[in-house]
Formats: sequence, structure tokens, C-alpha cells
Amino acid sequence: MDLSVILLKLLEGLLVSFQIFALTLTFSLPLGLLVALGRMSRNFFVRNIIKIYISIMRGTPLMLQLMVVYFGPYYIFGWTLSRDYRFIAVIIGFVLNYAAYFAEIYRGGIESMPVGQYEAAKVLGYSKTQTFMRIILPQVIKRILPSVTNEIITLIKDTSLAFVISVSEMFTAAKAIASSQASVVPYLAAGLFYYIFNYIVAFAMEGVEKKFSYYR
Amino acid sequence: MPLLKIRNLQKNFDGLEVIKDISLEVEQGQVVAIIGPSGSGKSTLLRCATLLERVDSGEIAYMDEPVVYTDKHGRTTYAHPKDLKRIQSYFGLVFQNFNLFPHFSVMKNIIDAPIHVQKKSKEEALAIGRDLLAKMGLSDKENAYPCQLSGGQQQRVSIARALALNPKILFFDEPTSALDPELTGEILRVIKDLAAEHMTMVIVTHEMSFARDVADHIIFMDGGVIVEEGTPDQVINNPRSDRTKAFLSRFYQI
Repeated sequence: MDLSVILLKLLEGLLVSFQIFALTLTFSLPLGLLVALGRMSRNFFVRNIIKIYISIMRGTPLMLQLMVVYFGPYYIFGWTLSRDYRFIAVIIGFVLNYAAYFAEIYRGGIESMPVGQYEAAKVLGYSKTQTFMRIILPQVIKRILPSVTNEIITLIKDTSLAFVISVSEMFTAAKAIASSQASVVPYLAAGLFYYIFNYIVAFAMEGVEKKFSYYR
Repeated sequence: MPLLKIRNLQKNFDGLEVIKDISLEVEQGQVVAIIGPSGSGKSTLLRCATLLERVDSGEIAYMDEPVVYTDKHGRTTYAHPKDLKRIQSYFGLVFQNFNLFPHFSVMKNIIDAPIHVQKKSKEEALAIGRDLLAKMGLSDKENAYPCQLSGGQQQRVSIARALALNPKILFFDEPTSALDPELTGEILRVIKDLAAEHMTMVIVTHEMSFARDVADHIIFMDGGVIVEEGTPDQVINNPRSDRTKAFLSRFYQI
């Protein structure tokens, strides 16, 4: 197989990896905020259910979680789902897992805010929602950016776990070509692509951090 | 009708009685200074009056509108949140450590609440903001961020922020305690200017000479009660209580 064919196949896989990456971020960043608010809720049940959820998401391998989401409907409910469900299962698994991690990052950021910010907002007459949306959240985002960047970079590499339920992302493609060609070149090329992907994302996040550096 | 009326206020923190029994009244245009040693309950009193702390018992009313009162069963009750929201707009508070919003520019710190809380138009809020910044001598700083300002400038912005909502009474919680002596002067001057405009103010302070100059009523607190109160001349120059005398003498030794 020609190198250009290998690269083309890998790039096709990379497109799927990118879709997993983008969809996971799109859903897990807002969901993580909701989970964080639930985690800090005054309601005993809400708080503890969220705590258990986070504990399971962090305490078990993502690979296993993907398998549960994919095979669970069949083994638990006897549902037979279409082939398209593979990709959906990957997104559900990633979003649930990453929302839990993001939630803890948000929580750390929110809890690190000085109480004086809330008090100033209260005395000025801001409602609770206004205080959170206008005063607290924008500052929290700045504080948590470095941790979020870390998580995002991990996510790029984690997309390769989708191979466990045979979603044809880049790593799956590399593995298939490598075994059919008896060559390590596809792996090396895939590694390079992951690195470039990460490099671009890290560069972009640095830009975002700079954008927030207008205040301390 | 007094602007602020406090009756038999009590406040505990985990069984520690920080405010034992405090009653006071502030009339329109009056400048009241509250002095006393650390831990005497001065700041807690201010925080109760500004709804940052809940009282255990007692009554607080602004212009005869009750914030907290004793109901007919003898229970200490807070007014309906809707009423509290209205009453909240009667007062402003200047914090010891400013508590400016660091992600907002100076101007935005001042106009954000008028726009989003009082629903003023941006133009109207900007006009108020420019006016106040000019008054604070900070017209050239409207686009700066709090972290680019000195402590004294930050405190002036926070005073402007409080004034932008046009409160009837302004509370100051040790407004100069986080500032070095050089910067203290500029804040005291601003407060003096406000006093000259008959702004009603309640100031918790450790600046004795300032309290004497600017206040027309001085309250000396210790151990959660008012030990002595009166005109500056009565309290600072001719204190009757031994506790006040001891406190003041230590101040003048330094």
C-alpha cells in the first residue's frame, strides 16, 4: 500500500477523531457546569447522586464505560440498535465521562472565588443568577483555563479509545492498516497526527488564556 | 422618621455573642462613626444592617420599612424577599478590601449594576459614571482595570460604584484599613466631601481624628454593646466611661 493511501485512510480516521473531540467538548463543557452546580446543591439527594455519578466516572476506565454504553442496551434491555449507534455510544460515553471531570474543575474554580465578590454583588442588588452569570462565571473560566486545557489534550488522545467498539477513528484505522501491511508506519504516522492535533489545540488554548490576561 | 432604625439587635456566631443588644438610629444627613476595639462587633453590626448576615433577634427598618421585625408570635422574621430587594436599594456598602469586580473595567464596575439591576439605559448610566469618576478624580481611569490602580484609587472606584445606585445611606466598613497612611488621606477626603453634600453615612473606622472631624455622632462599641455615644466632643474629647477612656488613651499613645 502506498504511503499516500495510508495517510489518506488515517486522515479519514482523523476526521472521525475530530468529530468525537468536538462533539464531546460541545456537550460536556455545559453539562459539566450543570453537574458542578448539582454537586454543590443544598439538596441532599441531588448532591449525593451527583457525587456517586462523578465517583463512578472517575473510578472506572473510560474504555469500560464505552463498552457499557454500547453493549448495555442489548444486554440489559434486549434492544437491538442500528450500526449508527456505535458513534452515538462513543459520544454518550465520552460526554458523560468528561462532564464529570469538567464538573470537578468547575467546582474547584467556583469554590476558589473570594466570598467578597458574592457580597459585593449582593449589596449592589444583583440577583443570584445575575451574580453567577455576570460576576462569578467569567472569573471562574479564567481560573480554570489551564486545567481545562489539560483535560482537552487528554481528550484528544482518549478519542483513540473508541476503537474498543470499532468506531473507525484514526487509531482504529492505523491498527487495521498496520496489521494488514505488517508495518509500524501507520502507527508512527498516527502518532504524528495526534501530536500535531494537540499542538494546534494547545496553541489555541494559549491564545484564549492570553485573551483573559487583561486582568488579574 | 429615622432613615435607619435598629432595635435590640442580637447576633451569635456558634454560640459566641458578637452583638449583645444594640439599638441605634440614623437620621437623614447624619454622619455616624462607629469606633471600638477589634472584635467589638462593629463590622458585624454593619453586615447585619446590610443583610450580609442574618440577625438572631431584634429589629431593623429603613425609613420605617421593616427589614427584620418581631411578629405577633414573638418570632424574629425577615421581610418578604420582594420587599427586601426594594429596601436593598436604599443602602450601599463600601468594603474594607474594595471587592471590585476584577474582570470589569473601572467604568463597567460602576455602570453594570445601574444597567442590569436598576434597568437604566446605557447612556444614562454612563453619564452617572462619568460624573462620579470626575468627582473621585479618576476621569482618566475609566477604561483601566482594577488591578492597574492603587489601593486608594480602587477604593474610590468602589465608592463611586456604591454611589452610582443613588443610595439613601452609605455604609463604610473600615474603608482605609487596607491602605497605607498616604492613601488613607485621599479616601478620607472623599468621605468628607460626601459629608459636605449631606450624604447619610455610617462609618466603621479606626481613624480617630477622622471620626472626630467628619462625624456628627460617634458610637463607641465594645463586647457587642454600645458603651458610649454622643457628639465627637463628648465621646472623644470628654469620654465618661472608663472603657472608652482606656481605648482612646491607647490610641493617642501611638
